[in-house]
Order: sequence, then C-alpha cells, then structure tokens
Amino acid sequence: MKYLIILLCALSCLLNKKLGFFICLVFFSISAYAQTDIDAIMMSKNNFCAGFMYSHNSWKNYWEGTFKRDNQNLGTVSGQMIGIMGNYGVKDNLNVLFSIPYVSTKASEGTLIGQKGIQDLTATIKWMPIEKKWGKGDFSLYTLGSIIIPTTNYVADYLPLSIGVKTNTAMFRLMADYQVNNIFVTSSAAYYLRDRVTIDRTAYYTTEMHYTNLVEMPTVTNYNIRTGYRSSKLIAEAVLDITKTNGGFDITKNNMPFLSNQMNATRAGVNIKYTVSKVDELSFIGNAMYTIAGRNVGQTTSISVGIFYVFDFTKKKRSSIEEAEKTKTEL
Amino acid sequence: MKKAIIKNTQLILLVLLMAACNRTLEDRTKELPPLSPLQADANAGDWKPVVLSAANEFAITAPLAVSNGAYVRELNEIKEYQQALTEEQKNSIRYWGAGAVLRWNEIMRELVAKRNLPPYQNADGSYPIPSAANPFGYPQFPFSNPPYAARAYAYVSVAQYDALVAAYYYKRLYTRVAPYKVDATIKPLLPINDLPAYPSEDAVVGAAAVELLKLLFPADVAYVQQKADEQMKARIMAGMNTRSDLEAGVALGRLVAAKVIARAANDNMSRAVGTPAQWAQLESQTAATGETPWISLDAPNRPPMLPFFGRVRPFLFDSLTTIAIRPTPPPPTASAKFKEELVEVKNFSVNATREQIAIVHYWADGVGTYTPPGHWNAIAAEDFIQLGFSEVRWARNMALLNMAVMDAGISCWDTKYFYYNPRPSQMDPSIKTSTGIPNFPAYISGHSTFSAAAATILGYIVPARANAYTAMAKEASDSRLFGAIHYRADCEVGLVQGKKVGNFAIARGLTDGAN
Repeated sequence: MKYLIILLCALSCLLNKKLGFFICLVFFSISAYAQTDIDAIMMSKNNFCAGFMYSHNSWKNYWEGTFKRDNQNLGTVSGQMIGIMGNYGVKDNLNVLFSIPYVSTKASEGTLIGQKGIQDLTATIKWMPIEKKWGKGDFSLYTLGSIIIPTTNYVADYLPLSIGVKTNTAMFRLMADYQVNNIFVTSSAAYYLRDRVTIDRTAYYTTEMHYTNLVEMPTVTNYNIRTGYRSSKLIAEAVLDITKTNGGFDITKNNMPFLSNQMNATRAGVNIKYTVSKVDELSFIGNAMYTIAGRNVGQTTSISVGIFYVFDFTKKKRSSIEEAEKTKTEL
Repeated sequence: MKKAIIKNTQLILLVLLMAACNRTLEDRTKELPPLSPLQADANAGDWKPVVLSAANEFAITAPLAVSNGAYVRELNEIKEYQQALTEEQKNSIRYWGAGAVLRWNEIMRELVAKRNLPPYQNADGSYPIPSAANPFGYPQFPFSNPPYAARAYAYVSVAQYDALVAAYYYKRLYTRVAPYKVDATIKPLLPINDLPAYPSEDAVVGAAAVELLKLLFPADVAYVQQKADEQMKARIMAGMNTRSDLEAGVALGRLVAAKVIARAANDNMSRAVGTPAQWAQLESQTAATGETPWISLDAPNRPPMLPFFGRVRPFLFDSLTTIAIRPTPPPPTASAKFKEELVEVKNFSVNATREQIAIVHYWADGVGTYTPPGHWNAIAAEDFIQLGFSEVRWARNMALLNMAVMDAGISCWDTKYFYYNPRPSQMDPSIKTSTGIPNFPAYISGHSTFSAAAATILGYIVPARANAYTAMAKEASDSRLFGAIHYRADCEVGLVQGKKVGNFAIARGLTDGAN
C-alpha cells in the first residue's frame, strides 16, 4: 500500500560494501521501489556498475491508523518490480547512482484493477568525505543526496494499488560505517522532502476539506542500521529500518488510504551480496524484509534478488579490484 | 578537502532547497471577494417558499427604534470590536463575507465527506447499521452516502431559502437600517447596501443550518455551533449587524427550521434502510421475472444501500409521480444488447486510456468524499461566486439545485430497486474496475441521474453555461462506463431520467417569483 514511498527509500539499502569493490547496491524497497545506496561502499573511479533487480512484495494485513486488520475486498495485495540501476565512480570517493523501476500491483480479491507502469527515476550523488583508521578498525562517513522524479503520468491517487505516490522528492542522508576485521556496522539517517502531488480530482477530504487538485506531502525521516560480516567476496548483514512520516493523518475507519497519510514502518530483514570468485566483476544480491510494526501501511513481506556487473573504464589495464585492494592495503 | 566538503554540501543543499520551495497551497474558495450583489432582491419576501405556507407564517416582533438606549448600547459592542481587530478576526470577517449560503454549503460538504464511510463489518460478517440515537458509538452516524447526502443538502438548502424569504419579508416590513448607517463612527468592513438589517440574513441562514445539521449530523453539533458563533460575531465586528439583528434572525431561522424538520421526520427516510425480509423480497421478486438479481460485491456481502430511498417523499413532485416516471426495464441479461454492453464494459476495464481514467477519478466521488450531489454543489457554488447573487438568490438557486438532485436520487433509487439488476462484475467476474463498485444495483446510474438533474436546473439558472453543464453531466455519466462499473444503458437512461427530474425544478423556478 502506501508505504511505498517510504519504504522505498528506506529499504533500499541493504547491501554491502567493502573493500574495495564497488558497490552496486541498491535496493529497492519493495514497495517503493526506489533504489538506494545505503551501503558503505564506493565504486572506484571510472568504474561503472550496472544491474537488474527483481522484487516481490505482498501483504494481507495492514494498519488502518493503529488498528490492524485485513480487507476481504482486497485479499492479498502484491507488487512486483523490475529495476535497472547503475553506479558510476566519478572519483574514488564520489559516485553517481541511478535507478528506474517498472512496477505492477494487484489485489487477489475484490474488483479493483491492478496498476502497472514505469515509476520514478532516482538519481543520487554519493560522497565519502572521510575514510580513516580509527582504533582497531576503519571508519568512513558518507553523504548522499538524491532526487526522485516520477517518469510517467501514472495514477497516484489510487492507494493501495497505485504504483507510487508520484511526488518529486529530494533526499539527504548521512551515513557512518565502522568495520573491524570482517565485522561492520553501518548506520544512517535520511530526510525526505516531498513536493506536492497533482491528482485527478479537484477536491478531497483529509481531516478537512480541500478544494484543489494538489496534495501537500509531509516529510519523511528514515533510520537504517545494518550489521554483519563483510569481506571482498561476501557480505551478510541484518538490517533494521525505521521510516516515519512527519505529519500526515490516519486512515479513518473503513476508509481508503490517501497519499498524505502518516505512513510509518519498522522493518527487519537480511541482506546478502555474493561476488563470484572467478569473475570478480559479477555479483549477486538477495534481500528479504518483513514489516514488524506500522501505521497506515501494509504488513509487507518482500524479497528481492539482483545481479550486477562492473565495467572498468580506466585507461590503465589494472582492474578496479586490484586498485581497490591496493587502496585497502594502503589504509 | 575542506573545499570539496563545502562544494558538495552546497550541491546537496541546492537539491533540498529546490524540493522545499513550497509555495503555499491555497484552496480555490479560501480567499474570495466579499459578496456584492448586483441586485438587492429587496422584494424576495414575495417569493414562494418551499415548506412555509407564507413568508410571514412565523411572526417576529418589531425591532427597537435605533434611538432606543438598548440599541445604542448594542452599537458600542461593534465599536469596541472595531477598535482593535486582530488578523484572525479580520480573516473571519473576510471568510464569512464571501456569503453565508456559500460558506454553509461548504461546511455541509465537509461534513458529508467526513461521514461518508461504510460501516466496518462485525466479527460474524454482518454489518452494524448507523443509528441517529447513538451518533458517537460505532458505526458513526450518519453514513452519508449519496442518497443520504442528496437529502441532507436539499433540506438544509430549503430551510435556508425559506428562512431568507421570511427574513426579507420582515426586513421590508421593519426597515431597520444597518448599524453603520446609524452611527458614522462604525465602519462597514464589507460592501454596503440598502437592505434593512433586521433580521439579519446571515443569522437566519446560520440558524437554519445549525438546526438541520443537528438532525442530519448529530455528532458534529459542537463544530457546527462553533461555526455559527463565529459567523454571528463576524457580522457584528464587520459593522453589518447589531446583536438584536442577529438574535431576531436566529429566532426566525429556528422557527422555519422546525417546520422543515417536521417535514423531514415524515418523508419516509426512516424506513429507507428496510429489513432483512424486505431485502430478500427484492431479490426474489426479480428472480421471479426470470432475471438475475443483484448481489452485493462487497465482502462480506453488505445489505443494499438504502433500498427504499425511492419511497422518500420528493420536493418537486409526489410519490405517485416517482412511480409514473420510472424508466422502462434495462436490457434483459439474456439479450444480445446486454451481451454487447457487457463486452463494452470489459473493453473499458482493460483498455481505458489515461485520460479516461482521469475522468473516472475526477467524477468518482466515492467513499470519503462529498458525493456526486456535493460535487454539483461545488460546481454550482464556484460559478455562483462569479455572478453577484444576493444571499436570498444564492439560497433559492441552491434549493432548486438540491431539490432537483434529491428528487433525482429518489427516482434513481426507485428504479434501481425496482429492477434490482446486477453490476457488470457480477455477470462477468473477470471485469476489474478502476473505482469502487457502489453497493447497489446498476440500472440506472446514480451519477448520470444526479448529474443530468443538476445540469438541467443549473442550465436554467445560468443559461450561458448550459452547454457546459450538459457536457459535464455527460462526462460524469461516461466516467462510470470508463470505470467499468456501469453498462451504457445505465448511463444513457440515467441522463434522460435526470433531465426529466431537472425539468420539474425548472417548472418551480419559473413560478417562484424570483424572475
């Protein structure tokens, strides 16, 4: 349902890092399907990582305000997403990322028709201003700025089956990572500013009547913490992701959800990234998340899988991996 | 490094700033110029009321002379306010200055949208029925669905119109002038006119609304009363009325409202829900004709929405006429025409364009909205704002509109439950819809009937916009086909039926003395 956006970002994240490899990570939220970058890994200069992700999410129960219920007129609401994404290393500590998903939704019961279409483009600048030894481990600090722009005129005002909420969004995230040997912790906080959304009707009721086709969207805050094992071949981590909408209103009893509802979600899950031993350029990721608490969102279970490949555009023959390894050694 | 930090931070801030550039979002009718009638309609006391037998059916006492000490002391209240008006008070004057009928119509639409929620099922899959005796329990009362809303808009509009006709009668009789004409130190903060101030037109409109809304939206009485109090105070602060102008208006408004409420108590609405035995009979009588009876597509199956609303007493004709003007039956489900129409619906379900889907959502007016009758009130109000109507003409036009829309609802519901035919998705479960399927039979389309009735009477009131209204009604009607919840016959016959009802409203408009 709605949690889309929220999650979108939030989730996204998951993956990996390390050592010198690249990151291509990305995740999507399952519901929101936006990519992100919440990992503490940078692509090396002139390397380009590209990949595909597929995710599936579904829920049967949802929170109508704080009241948890099902809805026999929806049954199980599910969504699927196929996304392409890329990450280019402008510098070793400055990456540009993008992603764009195709999303489809459907309800297993009732008559409401599912939706499908190309959703929002996410473009991100990721910068690592600090990377240094600290105590027994390595500390690094990142900032990420994203803009998220709807690419098609999809129907937003049709929750929980719309493919997104069609709002231009700006996100800023501050992220810190600390790793000792192969154990790491990455934590981050993000803030989303969302532009008003234009809908197809010219009057609507929230907690009061509005005579306009524009909907003000509350801001969103996200906290993400991940910890686990990280080596050059394998990243395995547990993820806790908390998204809060700053404002918005509760779905009233037996009402439909609306774009500017207060959509909150606390999600937990695991994330794995595996880099193929014989082909260092190739990696696979897998991710599973479950919503353990929420407000005005569905209790979503989501799984995602992805495949990524790194292209090295450096003039030198040396592979980015070697470079990365070297960098690591130097550290 | 430091430089880089600054540079990148600037970039990020720029991006955030772009998104943050939030222009304030203003509603279309929040800021309006003050009501400034092109004609005073000073003789509206001669217009024909709807429920009152005559404009002077209820007497109000003559006002004190403006030389009377008590009146002079009332002027001091105005002066005291005007010495130090706050921004909030000025805003309140501006808000109410746009027009009493307009603002109360907006408040009504808001209450309808707030309460337009179907009850959540009981644990056993049955549904609780909202009760006026228990407005604060669950389910909330009312469930202001389209027929409920149509009737609510009509009763409030009629009460306001009748109260204004009475008020204009006494204005002309007593000719007490406005306070700013008595005392030059009082500044009129709204456009001045020569209409006598006693009894206040704002007060009769507000009091009539309060009394009717107490009945129709009993869980919102405190909110409604607060609005009325603000309105009265705004009139005093604006120098337009003294407290006794307002008190006389409130007294008159209440008397008129009581008579309108007495009519509402006996219009058959209380029997519109019906009983399980009656619901079963609707099904069996249609099955007996060899047709497929309607089945609720809500899960769990929900009892039909107000199945006996068709027996509610109309404003513009009698209940026998409701039956006499009932449309002929829909295409039989076994007919080639029906099958053709079902295929057409399926086609829209799968192939509607983005523009058609936008039309579906623009006109959907479903759960949690002010309903199609409310949508037509909004359309009318936004046009009337441009036209410089007096309060009494606003009220008369809104009453004509809402009587037409309510009676269209009655005729439509009578037809729906007489034929009790299935929705497209019942006949072909593969038909998915772009909007919720309303919980009542298909034939004839409520949107089409409401809209054609509204467009017909509005075209009479604002002839320059007649073609535009007709086009809007057609689009509202089409939206139900595009959304795959109605057959073409539902929509086409609904438009014809709505127009038929709208013509009754025109007939009244031609003879009510307002021309």
